[in-house]
Amino acid sequence: MRQTSSHLRSLVAVASTTALLVLAGCDSGKQREPPTPAPDPRAMQAWEQVAGVLRHPRCLNCHQVESPLQGDEGRAHIPRVVRGKDNLGVAAMRCGNCHSPSGNNPSSGVPGAPHWSLAPLSMNWSGLSSAELCRALIDPERNGNRDAGALVKHMGEDKLVLWGWAPGTGREPVPLAHDAFMEQLQVWVNAGMPCPKDAATEGDRS
Amino acid sequence: MITLKINGESHQLDADPQMPLLWAIRDHLNLTGTKYGCGRALCGACTVHIDGEAARSCSVMLGDAAGRDITTIEAIEGPVAEAVVGAWRELNVVQCGYCQSGQIMSAITLLSKNPDPSDEDIDASMEGNLCRCGTYQRIRAAIHRSARNLGGRS
Repeated sequence: MRQTSSHLRSLVAVASTTALLVLAGCDSGKQREPPTPAPDPRAMQAWEQVAGVLRHPRCLNCHQVESPLQGDEGRAHIPRVVRGKDNLGVAAMRCGNCHSPSGNNPSSGVPGAPHWSLAPLSMNWSGLSSAELCRALIDPERNGNRDAGALVKHMGEDKLVLWGWAPGTGREPVPLAHDAFMEQLQVWVNAGMPCPKDAATEGDRS
Repeated sequence: MITLKINGESHQLDADPQMPLLWAIRDHLNLTGTKYGCGRALCGACTVHIDGEAARSCSVMLGDAAGRDITTIEAIEGPVAEAVVGAWRELNVVQCGYCQSGQIMSAITLLSKNPDPSDEDIDASMEGNLCRCGTYQRIRAAIHRSARNLGGRS
């Protein structure tokens, strides 16, 4: 009996030593991996400024699934319109039936800009957190196949995008002057377009 | 001066290029079949065709309409238009009638693009034409009837 007990103590000692060695091995393995660099805080602040514009109703209202939204409160579009095969509506309910390519209509109040349309379904931003929107924006399959330069050009020059800064009477413009927006966009792009952590850890589902 | 081509005729108008096309149609050219409803592209009473597309003339700026083919209810023609007007009569669609020129213009556009529309297609396409008398069921039936008379299955 005493012999058995001594044998058991030896086994436990060997097992404990082995476990410590294994754990030590794991630790040293972790230490060999290069640490993930924390995103540049200036770039992340810049992204949040950019996201504040992209998530504003002037942009978000037409980055929807099947039908656009309307107004500063993002209500359902009146009358109801649907995407159609070319993102421009269907039969007698086409975007261009009411929205002019030459600009906002001062008498009817209907907003207008060139190629007025729903954003392609791949560019649906409905319900995305800041982190999710960031990942969508840097993914060529979800950003209209644009690299960083094309994104900057799109947001700097596309007249439909620029409409967000001059949306006409009764509509709030996006929340940052265009020059300042482009400056923040460039800071974020220059830093390699880093994205915030996942929505689950970010706690951002607004 | 702005040149408007309406119902096959050219008209020279000395008017503000941002003026609504509807003002030119009704007040300058006296084509009063196209109605003024809301003035905000919400009701469809002012629907005309521009280059074959249904357009809300209250929300089309005159400058944007210059040089394009504009058709009003007074000049609709062709098999689709005849089928629609025929079905409208057969089924007594009209009640007060105020919205009906706009309804017919949208129905012609729908059937020109989709000769055999489902109920869902009709609802999606006619959504922008309101009827205060509530003749929607008859409008839908008349569009099906028009499609059938044109050789579709409806």
